[in-house]
Amino acid sequence: MQVQSMHFKARAGERLADQRLQTNLKKLSTKFVTGRASAILELDDFEGTRDAAIERRMRAIENLDVWLATFETEATRRGATVLYAESAEDASKLVVEIAKKHDVKKAIKSKSMVSEEMALNQALEAAGITPIETDLGEYILQINDNEPPSHIIAPVVHKDKEEVSDLFARVHHKPRLTDIAQMTREAREMLRPQFLSADMGITGGNFIIAETGSVAIVTNEGNEGMCTILPPKVHVVVTGIEKVLPTLEDLATVMRLLPRSATGQSISNYFSLLTGPRAAGEQDGPEHMYFVLVDGGRTGLIGGEFQDMLRCIRCGACMNHCPVYQKIGGHSYGWVYPGPMGSVLTPAYVGLEQTLDLPQASTLCGECHVVCPVKIPLPDLLRKLREKQFERALRPRYERFGLRLWAYFAKRPALYHLATRIGVRALRLMGGSKKSISSMPFGSGWTDQREMPAPFGKTFRELYRERRVAK
Amino acid sequence: MRVGLFVTCLIDMMRPEIGFSALKLLETAGCEVVVPAQQTCCGQPGYNSGDRQSARDLAEKFLNEFDGFDYVVVPSGSCGGMIKTHYGDLFADDPALRGRLERLAPRVFELTDFLQSVLKIEQLPAAAQGAFQGSITYHDSCCGLRELGVQAQPRALLAKRPGVALTEMADSRACCGFGGTFAIKYGDISSAIVEEKCAQIHACGTDAVVLGDLGCMLNIEGRLRRSGDHKTRVLHVAQVLAGDC
Repeated sequence: MQVQSMHFKARAGERLADQRLQTNLKKLSTKFVTGRASAILELDDFEGTRDAAIERRMRAIENLDVWLATFETEATRRGATVLYAESAEDASKLVVEIAKKHDVKKAIKSKSMVSEEMALNQALEAAGITPIETDLGEYILQINDNEPPSHIIAPVVHKDKEEVSDLFARVHHKPRLTDIAQMTREAREMLRPQFLSADMGITGGNFIIAETGSVAIVTNEGNEGMCTILPPKVHVVVTGIEKVLPTLEDLATVMRLLPRSATGQSISNYFSLLTGPRAAGEQDGPEHMYFVLVDGGRTGLIGGEFQDMLRCIRCGACMNHCPVYQKIGGHSYGWVYPGPMGSVLTPAYVGLEQTLDLPQASTLCGECHVVCPVKIPLPDLLRKLREKQFERALRPRYERFGLRLWAYFAKRPALYHLATRIGVRALRLMGGSKKSISSMPFGSGWTDQREMPAPFGKTFRELYRERRVAK
Repeated sequence: MRVGLFVTCLIDMMRPEIGFSALKLLETAGCEVVVPAQQTCCGQPGYNSGDRQSARDLAEKFLNEFDGFDYVVVPSGSCGGMIKTHYGDLFADDPALRGRLERLAPRVFELTDFLQSVLKIEQLPAAAQGAFQGSITYHDSCCGLRELGVQAQPRALLAKRPGVALTEMADSRACCGFGGTFAIKYGDISSAIVEEKCAQIHACGTDAVVLGDLGCMLNIEGRLRRSGDHKTRVLHVAQVLAGDC
């Protein structure tokens, strides 16, 4: 996907002004935040499960080459083909080649964020292959002029029912419906012939399991089953190389956390574990099964200060709980992954130069770290990215100057005390009789929508000394 | 018991009276309080903005000024969090400083945590004439809450203040949108977040919102006043506990 993160400020500003979006985003806290809070109570030992999941994820990542090799051996032994792509573009090329090899005209897709990294739909279309999104949210976005998703598990969270009603009526050429069950039924009716006439199914993979060569897929709509078991003679799994788990036992541990952290469900409506293509004597499954495992910048994180990011299980809890995401929505972030995890991943995958705002646009409140099922220290990682920006002089010169100036004074107490004495008096004067500053030079970011309460007019240390003398 | 009071740069400059409230609380509880005169800033602005070197220098300066005390008390969760949870990262490559920090950090406390968990005070100082009485709601500032576990302590202490009644807002844990330089760099996002917090405060209908961090205080007060609320008071927990306002 093309990076738009350099337009973060402008995009965020538009979203803040969009009252309808503001209302729609409230769903995050009412639905996901409350849902997660009650779902995690079902676990006897949530903390223990989290620690176990971290250990299992890190075991895989620290020996990624070994587990990928094991996965490849096992998947191949069961008849699947495992391919690796160094870049997201390469991965798209591989999928297109597979489609051409099997003479595919139409591909049905279940949800995959990695396919967004790959801009897979565009690549397929360019090669004359029609991709059809079958996850309801992704379907809505596709028929709305290929709008990008705004959330990793709830891609249309930014839309309300009325918008979808209008869209369906316009694109489906049918009477406008307002009942959700009826609308869903209509989408199913539109999708059914596509399922039946497609030649290839493309899915993501929540995890791939080394010991069995399987892919684990979590959905709530069952569309993934339609993409892999119905007619398609070819099933292609596209996922990141970091999604490997050594054993099914590991999968069981991580699955206790994923749906609960994501949607507040004990378990998703559907959970598939697919191993190899249809074998002799089996009734269903594709004739051919491929895995396209994408690097796309992931190996660059191994062994480095951002390695912890690789254990992410893509639950979306960090964005659901993020005060910034809750206000600006996912599109502001300008690439595939929004919210705190996206603000770490996007710079890591597409480069810091194009994503200058992302590490900065966080209050570092820490809630993302608190709710992350695998305890990724997201605020620390954002701070590390800020350090890299500072080292490489990527932030505006006045900002660097301001920080250095502050430190210069703060390291020299006598000078600092003089400067603060002058500063607080000046600000006190600016505050006037209402003791409040309504506009500050270089501080309009603060004062555009807030007052700056004026200081008392003397520093604590001045007053402290005066009072000591008086005693 | 010799206690070093780290006033914090924001209290020093913006609200010195909070420093005196903290001083009063500690002295009333029987502490010998020293305010090292050379203190300035804990280094958090630099640390959170990527200027690691400046943050490290200020961390070392803090260590030099404060490691002789039995305890160090900070009337701010974010500065306390900086010292207790982030200085270690800054000294990662310096075993000597790290060793000194490891001896000091367990003795550094956020004010309400210190009063409640270490001093276990039973009695608050007598309230001044005309001191605040009324209904309050409490905002949990992010760093104090998530880095230092400050949540029950201020509430337990506030319960000891006669005439002060706490009503919880819908989500006291939600960030107010301050975030240091974030509030200026992304003023529009920050304002939208604090507006959410102000709506929760208004929904409580209390006379005051009480909290333990200057950043959040200026942010919330600034937004309340700009939106025309000149009535709801914004008070630091130290002021209410000391009976100073």
